[in-house]
Order: sequence, then structure tokens, then C-alpha cells
Amino acid sequence: MFSSMYAGGIVGLEAYPVRVEVDISRGLPGFELVGSLGREIKEARERVQIALKNAGMSLPVARIIVNLSPANIRKEGTGYDLAIAAGLLSCMGVVEPDSLQKTAFLGELALDGAVSRVNGVLPIALALQKEGIRYLVVPMENVGEGAEIPGISLVGVTNMAEFINYLQVCGEERKNIIEKQKRRRKKQTTPEIQEHLDFADIYGQESAKRASEVAAAGFHHLLLAGPPGAGKTMIASRIPGILPPLTKQERLEVAGIYSIAGKLAGRDELQKERPFVAPHHTISPQALAGGGRLPRPGMISFSHRGILFLDEMPEFSPETLEVLRQPMEEKVVRVIRSRGSCTYPADFMLIGAMNPCPCGYYPDRNRCNCSETEIHRYLGRISGPILDRIDMVAEVSAVQLKEFHQSKKGESSAAIRKRVMEARKRQQIRFKGSSYHFNGELPGREVMRYCELGSEESHFLEQVFEAGQMSLRAYHKVIKLARTIADLEGEEHISVAHLSEAVCYNSGRQQFWS
Amino acid sequence: MRRNKRKTEKGWECHFTEEEMAKQQPYAYWLNAVEKLGNTGKLRLLESFGSPEEIYCAKKESLSYLLTEEQLLALEKSRNKSMPEDYYKLSEQGIAFYPFYHPRYPGRLLHIPDRPFGLYAKGGLPEDTKRSIAIVGARSCSEYGHYLAESFGGQLAAAGVQIVSGLAKGIDGVAQAAAIRAGGSSFAVLGCGVDVCYPASHKNLYEQILESGGILSTHPPKTPPLAFHFPPRNRIISGLSDAVLVIEAKQKSGTLITVDMALEQGREVYVVPGRITDRLSDGCNSLLLQGAGAALSPAQLLQELEDNVWRGQSMMHTECVREVPFFNKRIDLNEEEQALLKLLDFYPISLDQIRLMMLSEKRLQSLSLPQTMEMLLNLSLKGCIKREGGCYALSEPI
Repeated sequence: MFSSMYAGGIVGLEAYPVRVEVDISRGLPGFELVGSLGREIKEARERVQIALKNAGMSLPVARIIVNLSPANIRKEGTGYDLAIAAGLLSCMGVVEPDSLQKTAFLGELALDGAVSRVNGVLPIALALQKEGIRYLVVPMENVGEGAEIPGISLVGVTNMAEFINYLQVCGEERKNIIEKQKRRRKKQTTPEIQEHLDFADIYGQESAKRASEVAAAGFHHLLLAGPPGAGKTMIASRIPGILPPLTKQERLEVAGIYSIAGKLAGRDELQKERPFVAPHHTISPQALAGGGRLPRPGMISFSHRGILFLDEMPEFSPETLEVLRQPMEEKVVRVIRSRGSCTYPADFMLIGAMNPCPCGYYPDRNRCNCSETEIHRYLGRISGPILDRIDMVAEVSAVQLKEFHQSKKGESSAAIRKRVMEARKRQQIRFKGSSYHFNGELPGREVMRYCELGSEESHFLEQVFEAGQMSLRAYHKVIKLARTIADLEGEEHISVAHLSEAVCYNSGRQQFWS
Repeated sequence: MRRNKRKTEKGWECHFTEEEMAKQQPYAYWLNAVEKLGNTGKLRLLESFGSPEEIYCAKKESLSYLLTEEQLLALEKSRNKSMPEDYYKLSEQGIAFYPFYHPRYPGRLLHIPDRPFGLYAKGGLPEDTKRSIAIVGARSCSEYGHYLAESFGGQLAAAGVQIVSGLAKGIDGVAQAAAIRAGGSSFAVLGCGVDVCYPASHKNLYEQILESGGILSTHPPKTPPLAFHFPPRNRIISGLSDAVLVIEAKQKSGTLITVDMALEQGREVYVVPGRITDRLSDGCNSLLLQGAGAALSPAQLLQELEDNVWRGQSMMHTECVREVPFFNKRIDLNEEEQALLKLLDFYPISLDQIRLMMLSEKRLQSLSLPQTMEMLLNLSLKGCIKREGGCYALSEPI
């Protein structure tokens, strides 16, 4: 008897359908798995055999061969157990073979027959859907991952008994099971609580808030500098809350990456907020960019479409920081290893935080004792090429107690987000038909095409340059930033006021790294 | 023929003719560079042997009376054949060497305790007939110190005073640069060889000083800047001046060493007062407490020195002290800008703090953050304020 079932595998971030072929024939009794398999798949033999036995079904005494096709791709992971079990059941005649058309299986089996969660359900479901598969049986924990994919229904199972039950019932009954699961999920899903941190919690810090708003509106990379305890982390962690929510397409992209890393299971729906990833400064270059013998996505891919927050930026090793250069430019990261190369998406907004000097209190000379050389050495750990890619430097000053008492509660994130979204809408119109989405993405040579300056404004910039407040390298950055500020204000033309503000954000770099 | 009469305490009298002097120069140069001898050791040798050449040619036996074994060894080691060439190579680099008996050796140094045996100079030497003031202070100075160093350095130099300092970062460098900008002359005493620019970032200033003044040192060329060279060089700085002006010093600082040396040498010490809450002014304020003179403006300082030190006749210089305005009045600012400037200080304040203060200022209350930033940028374009480490500070008083 022969049967063939669908499952799926992952290479890098790409999912591909895998056919699990099972053949039971007469001959020397045995059970073999072939098809360029990793260790954990070879071990599926014992798991499946015993899980079936414990569900009351013994394998026939015959020669059993399982092949995972395409056989030329190296396969890893434990998600094939369920498909192998389904193939065996079909061959053994427990399940009607015709009833398994357009159905695929993903899941790991435990010896007692429990079905446990696997990684990468979402991208595999997408790939299988393109292949014409309409039903995907997955562990109950993973079922939320497929909630937003049209054209394919995910069926959750918790154990072997439920699994066999699903396979044995007729089409009508199956639909009932799926509907029931959907209803139950809906009931569980509480309406989205705006649990993310709110800018209204921050007292004072008016200038840093404004800088965050500008950065969010134009997707500009931002560096926050200030003494310890000033609230740099507090501000950075609230920026996802003022970025527009993920679009449906972006949600799937982000969820795909998290799914492969196994960080989605147990959630009933996809994340709407943009990711906020804050790796510790001891992180290795590989962990940041992705890597490993079998390439895996790194932290910058987990911050795709969201924020990569590097706290204490000068404390990161220089090698780690340099890794950011290529992804900040190309918005993807290429990881090349002997076992294959992968391209991971890495379209993130970098937010760095740092102290202005080793002790943290410069320029307060009453508290800061650092010599100029020490400060230079400390700041020099962030290299020129990285700095060049950062558009804004904003200073976060320590909040005084007086300020804390005086200032009223700040603006809420929702109000800021509204303005940010307006500004983004303007940018979408501007960049219609081009490959850019935001002002922050514009390379220097394209700036003048999209951001026109009047003669008064050009003259003003010349003045600023001559006064030594701006370097020539910063010229395009300032215009880009001014464009975003104008977008925030809803202005068609960049004015001197916009440019002035932009120069202030940019000159921070000059003050620290002159 | 004119004879140069310069005596040592013990009675050694220089009786070299100019010709002899020139002949002695390579040997004097050699003697000065011998390690472990010290100024007194060199003098002792000179007193016994009469001239540097005699010392060079002296036998070991005759030297061993006067020197310890260690010193003898160092002296023997330093004798080498190419010695005269070494000296002439020096003058090719524009470096001159002046032993204390040389007529061009600065007269002010002759009477200080532990007078250096010789002085290397690149560029010129401070003139004995001109007034001379040392300006010293903290390396990591505040905007306040920066401004004061600039105005005192510039205005004193404009009044014809030679500015002596140490080329260091902070007060020293700022004052010297300002003196040169004002068209005056400035002299830097280094803790390394005169051909070594330390700190290296002051390369430009080093070149400028060479043009309008000179670089001096007691260390042979190519000597690296070592920490223990600096306290002794401070005594040369105060020694070359009629008075020492201190702008910003912490309680424990090298500047105070200079002050001690100056007092030992009988030089007047003047101090710019600071706020008692500023750690960078602690040194200055405690000097005031100990009785140092207060310098409140360049004109006042010049007047005081005229009354107490120079007394009109002691220095032949006849140029009268120019009355220079200390504060510039800004007239090109509008009312709001004036009001904003009033909130600022010499000590850096963050933008958020400025915004907070604006709340209680009627004319500024209604301004938005971007408007404030625009105004601040404008003010810094006009040179009224400076941005430092993300904070704003006045760059001159209002």
C-alpha cells in the first residue's frame, strides 16, 4: 500500500511543501525513513510508532518505507511526525485515503500521543496554500498562526485520539470541528487592550518626545544621548506605540519570522504592534545579524518592520555594530554559511541610546570628570559609517524634580500616532511609483528630487554651513529631516523653521563627534 | 669687545667673548642634555672647570670628586664624537639653545629658585623689556572659563602684554590662541621637547605661536611628554611672567602648582572669581580666600599691575594701557531673543530646562518647541550661544 501526504519545511525564511510518501509492502519487517533527513526526523520512527501503539494501533509486521520529497533538500525539525502518522494510518486502512485530499499535516508527536507545537507554521501554511492545500492539521497551540491566511483552514489537534477522530469523520463533521474551534478562539480573544506603554506616562522630556515623533514619522534612525536615569529606555520603548500599526501584509511578514523562531505559538492572533527588540550589549555579531551552522534569523530580523533598540550603544563591540551597516542600507541581511546562504528581511528603525561620556554627566562639569580624550575614545566606539546612517541625535536631559511637579501629563501616544500617520500618508503620496516609502529611506542623490528648497531656504542652509553648525555630509540629512518635519506640520514646502529644527537634530552629532 | 657678565651665586662669572661663547655652545648644549646631573650639578661642574668645554674634556678622575657614581656614568655615556654636529643640526631645525649665561637667556628666569641651566627655544624668546603675564587654568574648562580665557588673553595681548602659558587644552590654549588672534605675542612652555607638539590636537596653535612668539622648554628636543615633566615646567611659566592669572581651577590641580611656584618666585597672583557652587572654581575661590588678587576685567588687571608691579618705570615699555570694553552689547537681537538669552547662563542648560524656564517668562510662554529650537539656532548663528553636549550655554555675557 502506498500513500502520500503533504507537510512543509523551512530553508532560511522560505517555506516549501514536502510530500511525505509512505509505503507498506511485504518483505523483511522494518521501518525506514529516507529523504536527506536530520537526526530529529530519523527519530520520528520511534515517536510515531509508539504514539500509534499507545492510541491502540500497532504497525503491521511488514516493510515500511517513508520518503520525504524533494529528497535533495536537507530537512530539519520535528514537524513531520503528524504527516508520517497520517500516511501510515492511510496505508493501514484506518483512514479513507480520498478523504485526505487537499489536507496537510504539521506537528510533533509525544510517546503518549500528545501533539506538541512546532515552528514555522505560518510560512508553511502560506506556501501550502499556494500549492492548493485547503486544510492544515496543526498542534492546537499553533492554530492561531494561520488565522489571517485566506484560503486555508487550520485545524488544531491536541492528541492522537483527536487526530484520528478528525481523519475518520466525514466532510460535514470536519467543517463543524473547524467552525467550533474558530468560535472558541474568538471568544478567548479579548478585544485588543492597548497595553503598550504610553507617552503620557513621561513627564517633561518635551524635546526627546518631539524627536521621537519626527523619527517615527519619517522612519529616521535616532540616537538618544543623555545622562544615566534620564529616561532614554523609557522613551525608546514607547516609540512602537506611536508608529502606525502593522498592515496586514506586514503582519504576515513579521509573524512569519517569529513563527520560524517558534515565538508565535500560543497566541491566538497575529501581533498588530510593531516589534521592539532590545538586545543586550554583549550580543555577538552572529546573534544580531543571524547565522549559525544552519542559518537562523538574528535580532535585526526580529525587529523587521519595527524597532531595533541598542541601549548603551558604545558598549556594543565594534564588530557587532559594523554588522548593521549592510542591513541599514539594503534592508535585508545576507547570511552565508557552508550549508547555504539565506537572505533575511531587516527593515528596521534603529534607536540607539548612549551616555555622552564614560561617566554619563558631560557637559555638567561639576559632576563629569572625564577628560576630552576619554570622551573621544568612548564616543569613537560608534564608527563613522554607522553614524552616517543615523539621521538624528536627540539629547535627553535628566528630569528635575521641579519639572516633574510642574509639567502636566504629556500627550498620549494615540494623539501622536495620529499625526505620525498623517505624515506617513503624505509620504506615501510623494513616493507613489517609486521604491521608497519614507523620507528616512531616501539616499543622498535622491533627496533633491523629492525635497525641493526655495532660494531663501537654500541661502539659510549656506549660512548654517558657514557658521560651522553643519557639515557638508549632513546637508542631505538635514533636508530629509526638514521634509519629515514639514510633513508632520502638513506643509507642502520646506520652510526655514523646518530646516532650523532639522539642523538642531543633526548638529547633535557634531557636538559629540567633532 | 663686550663681555657678558653673568655671575653664579658661588662666584662663577661668565667672561666669554662672543666668539668664545659660540665655541662653547656645542659643549653647553651637551652638558645640558646630560641626564641625572640636575641644575645644581651642572653649575657645580661649571664652577670647578670654568667652561663647558673643559668639562667635556675633563678626565674621569677629576670629575669623580664632584659627581656621584651614577652621575659620572651618565656623563661618560653621553660623551660622543658627533656632539658638535648634533648642535648644528639643531640650529638647522630652527631650535636655539641658551645656557643661563647667554645674553639672550630670559632675564626673568635668572633669579628664580632652581633656575634652569639652559633653555631650548623654537621661534622667539619673551622680551625682558615687555610686560608678560601667564594665563593658566583647567584643561576641561567650562564655557565660562573659555570665554574669560578668550577675553583676558585677547585683550591683554592687544595691550602689548606677552602671554605665557603651557599650550595645554582648555584655558591655556584658548588664552594663547586669543592672544595671537589679537595680534599679540604668546609663548608656550612645554613639558616635552620643543619639536614635539603636545597635545597633538593643538598643531595649528603650535604653528601660530611659532610665528608670533615662541615655544620654550628645558627638555632636549624629541623628549616625549612625561607626567613628571609638567610640575617643573610650571615654574618656568610663572618665572617668565610678571604675574600669573588663574582662570578656573579645581581644588586639586596642576594650576595650583604654578601658583605655588609663582609665590615662591615672588610673582603676583591674580584670580578670576567663580561661583562657589562650581567645582571648577573651587581652586580659584580658595586662592582668593588666601589673599590672591581678584581679576575682574582685563583693564582692571592691567591697572592693578601697573600700580603694584610695573609702576610705570620698571618696564621701559611706554605704550599706555588701552581701555578695552569687556562686554559686548548685542543690538541685533529682537525682544524675544533678548528675553531668551536672559534665561541662559555660562553653564550649559538642556533644552527641556530652557523650556521650563520659558513658562514663567511672559514673552516666551506661548512659543512652541520647534520655534524655540529655531530661535536657539539663530542665536548660535549670531554667535551669542554655544551648544555643548546637547546643552546650550552663553558664549559671552549679556
